[in-house]
Amino acid sequence: MVTDEEKRAKEALKKEGKFGESIDLDAYEEGSRGLASADSLEDLPKDTQQTMLDSGIVPSQQGKSGTFLLMDNTVVHSTTLGSGVELMPLRQALKVHDWLKDYIWKAVQPDTDKYTAETYLQNADGYFIRALPGAKVKLPVQTCLLLKNRSTKQFVHNVLIAEEDSEFEVVTGCATTKGVEKGLHLGISEFFLKKNSKLTFTMIHNWSEFIGVRPRTVIQMDEGATYINNYVSLKPVKTIQTYPTANMNGANGVCRFNSVAVAHPGSSLDLGSRAILNAPGCKAELISRTITTGGTVIARGQLIGNAPNIKAHLECKGLILSEKGVQIAIPELEARVPDVEMTHEAAVGKIAQDQVEYLMSRGLSEEDAVGMIVRGFLDVGIRGIPEHLKAEIDKTLLETNVRGM
Amino acid sequence: MLDIQNLTVEVGGREILHDLSLNVMTGYTTVLFGPNGSGKSTLLMTIMGFSGYKVKSGRILLNGEDITHMPVNERAKRGIGMMMQRPPNLTGVRLKDLVRITGKGLVDPAVLAEDLNMTSFLDRDVNVGFSGGEIKRSEILQLSAQQPCLLLLDEPESGVDLVSIETLGVKVHDLLQGQSHCAGWRERSGKAALIITHTGTILDYVEADRGYVMCNGTVACSGNPRELLAEIRKMGYNECIRCKLNRGANLIEENI
Repeated sequence: MVTDEEKRAKEALKKEGKFGESIDLDAYEEGSRGLASADSLEDLPKDTQQTMLDSGIVPSQQGKSGTFLLMDNTVVHSTTLGSGVELMPLRQALKVHDWLKDYIWKAVQPDTDKYTAETYLQNADGYFIRALPGAKVKLPVQTCLLLKNRSTKQFVHNVLIAEEDSEFEVVTGCATTKGVEKGLHLGISEFFLKKNSKLTFTMIHNWSEFIGVRPRTVIQMDEGATYINNYVSLKPVKTIQTYPTANMNGANGVCRFNSVAVAHPGSSLDLGSRAILNAPGCKAELISRTITTGGTVIARGQLIGNAPNIKAHLECKGLILSEKGVQIAIPELEARVPDVEMTHEAAVGKIAQDQVEYLMSRGLSEEDAVGMIVRGFLDVGIRGIPEHLKAEIDKTLLETNVRGM
Repeated sequence: MLDIQNLTVEVGGREILHDLSLNVMTGYTTVLFGPNGSGKSTLLMTIMGFSGYKVKSGRILLNGEDITHMPVNERAKRGIGMMMQRPPNLTGVRLKDLVRITGKGLVDPAVLAEDLNMTSFLDRDVNVGFSGGEIKRSEILQLSAQQPCLLLLDEPESGVDLVSIETLGVKVHDLLQGQSHCAGWRERSGKAALIITHTGTILDYVEADRGYVMCNGTVACSGNPRELLAEIRKMGYNECIRCKLNRGANLIEENI
């Protein structure tokens, strides 16, 4: 029997995404679902482990309360080490928890566009993580989505549930193994934050030059919930278009999106974040810091105020470090009741010469001065990032070729 | 140490300094007086080498080396350090990181900051939200890490409260007397300074040896700094201009 959802998904297979260039789904082969599983991430090849480390994933699992690895379309590893948190492949979770069917495809609609439709019809697997009611999970759960083989399209469907009064942290590293130039990643993420829960979610994108990426993320927030989203993409990639949306449905919710990204030559980044403040007393802050060294970056942001006594701020700042680079900032504010405080700030341009020379007057070379200013510029976007990830990001930043004009 | 010869400088297409000459000798603290808009800050910014200060003619020599067209950091390496009046905000750059890097890892920012009562500022972004006095202390903190041989101070006392002025004055004194980090200069005792001041308060803390009065983009007079200050207090700058014109006229007469 064909369900209504399935029918809608099929009809949406030709529906283009609202933003971002169209990716031909038929140009990629379906990723393998039958790769060998790994008992430990440390059994994987050394360069794969290095790729994980660069993406914020610790193969030894030290200091983590759970680890999940999806390679192409196979769940290769899934273990939980701590208590208070459940982690397993989504397909398995659907068998374990009958109630889970009331969550999947409820935040993200299957017929949003062809990417969601295809992922729906493929019955994609992914991670299911749930913090139990009242659990304060100290150590983060880490998940890694890896493209292993060339020309692969990877479908992922993730569900995160923070039960009432729970607190937890998830780090997701998305990467390609060495030598995989071409590939496509489609990722559906549905997050549910119950009353007074808190989730810190950090995603590190570590793709390569010919990878297309189309994540679709929606966060449903109940009363008093706090959601902190950190997004980092510093490596070259062909195209990313993402626009995660937080539906703040309960009173006094707090959400913050921090994004930092570098558009290298040939990269096209269309990065947005959206908070819909549907209940009184909600607060939202969307901060993005983007740099182009020759690619195109569109920084979108949207705040929608539908309830009184809300407070929201949106900030998109972009640095242009190359004649060929393009920065587009599109901040949007939408208020539907009078009693709201919503602001935005957008600025694009090159590094101010007086700042560079000020540092040079302290003895720094021009290159070091520019590097320090650029790192400072991005630092504002990652101040909310967990300490354990900062060292990795600093390292990547140092390796990233950022030079002033 | 610093020898400025017939310097003419343009800012934004407008000539600000005209045929200006002065020198600062090793071990000498030199003070610059002059009304607002006379070009004092322009002179210091030009010596440091900031872009936007275009040298049309003349030369700047540092220990005999022509640095007129040298990049800013090369001048810093040769021992010039400046306290700016309005330094730019560096969002995302923490003061402690700047102090550490300026001191080439040889100084402990926490120790230096304690002396200047700047400990709580170390984790803040450089200059962002700093008051006028806090900027001065932050600049002196950076200079303490940098240990320049030639200090260029642009109104070190302006905006500083009466208590902090003492701390600041003592620190400037230390900077002038203390050990130099500059290779090759260590053996020689003297450091030098070129200080812009309106009130002369800084002269209570550092022994000034020579003063220049600048008017309309050039040097109007030079002499004992305390005497100059007393004169300016009594007669105002107009007297300097009149006096210079008279001297010019006398010179012409003598030549005739």
